[in-house]
Amino acid sequence: MERVPLERKVLSENDRIAASLGARFAAANILCLNLISSPGSGKTSLLERTLESFDRRERVAVLTGDIQTENDARRLARFGFPVRQITTGGTCHLDARMIERALLDWRLEDLDLLMIENVGNLVCPSSYDLGESAKIVVLSVTEGEDKPLKYPSIFHKSELLILNKIDLLPYVPFDVVAAEANARSIHRDMDIVRVSCQTREGMAEWLSWLDRKRKVSRAAAAAC
Amino acid sequence: MHEIGIANSVLDAVRAERRRFPARHIYKVGVRIGELAGVDPDAMSFCFEALVRGTELEPLALEIEFCARRYQCRSCGRSYAAPKEDLACPDCGVRDSQFLGGDELELAYLEVEDGTRATRA
Repeated sequence: MERVPLERKVLSENDRIAASLGARFAAANILCLNLISSPGSGKTSLLERTLESFDRRERVAVLTGDIQTENDARRLARFGFPVRQITTGGTCHLDARMIERALLDWRLEDLDLLMIENVGNLVCPSSYDLGESAKIVVLSVTEGEDKPLKYPSIFHKSELLILNKIDLLPYVPFDVVAAEANARSIHRDMDIVRVSCQTREGMAEWLSWLDRKRKVSRAAAAAC
Repeated sequence: MHEIGIANSVLDAVRAERRRFPARHIYKVGVRIGELAGVDPDAMSFCFEALVRGTELEPLALEIEFCARRYQCRSCGRSYAAPKEDLACPDCGVRDSQFLGGDELELAYLEVEDGTRATRA
């Protein structure tokens, strides 16, 4: 028997497409964010609050992934920005080819922020890069504070943790300090923002994080 | 449960590699899975076996090398595999370490029938 070394990534085909998307986003000065969370932690609500805060002239678009239904796209389209639903028909994550297809007839030059709402799932989306500038993980206080320890992959790979539904803290046994310590035990330098999409507490902090990212992205583009 | 897609990607790679060894059977594929890869080795093995069964690839085994999270302490320089819930350096206790690895999802090797009948490219 002969052992032949291979030494390459299992998902090299996805990575190839993601790299090409990343290059297109960079060429068009687009900041692309990939939002990941378990189902029901409030990604769509966060995007609603985010879109409603933008001036209509902002060059922003959203891709939203679900296994079935166009519900999220309908919710998000109310704000007047381009929104497209990706229905995966059973697949538990978005992959780079789905993003490539969804963007086929969009002029990337008309955008400078693209937010991708992944399928609700804390595991599988973490394996598939989409050409994004950063992953963001959303965790709500109705889940457990040990989620970062149970699902380390996504916390390791995300730049920002958005701790959502903090208006419910008086009613649920959720230890915010422990949750944040758990996240930082996986990813020491992770940014963390606490928000409520109901009371809008913390929204300003999230929007200023987003603004900083957009400025860094524009500055990098200008330096090229 | 995306292990079926990942197992399929491994088999695609094996099928592509078979062209390099046209007259030889591939018996085993080695895959490296990091603790932070978000892939469950048991589910992966289960999907792999189900996908191989009844195909031209049989018999084909999957060998998984599971890789722990690895860090290097910025304070004392020690490299170590971190236990699940604590990144602190086991020597000096400082929590300031650089990530070295543990998110691998890689094809490592193939075990191919001996090449006495190998055809030249």
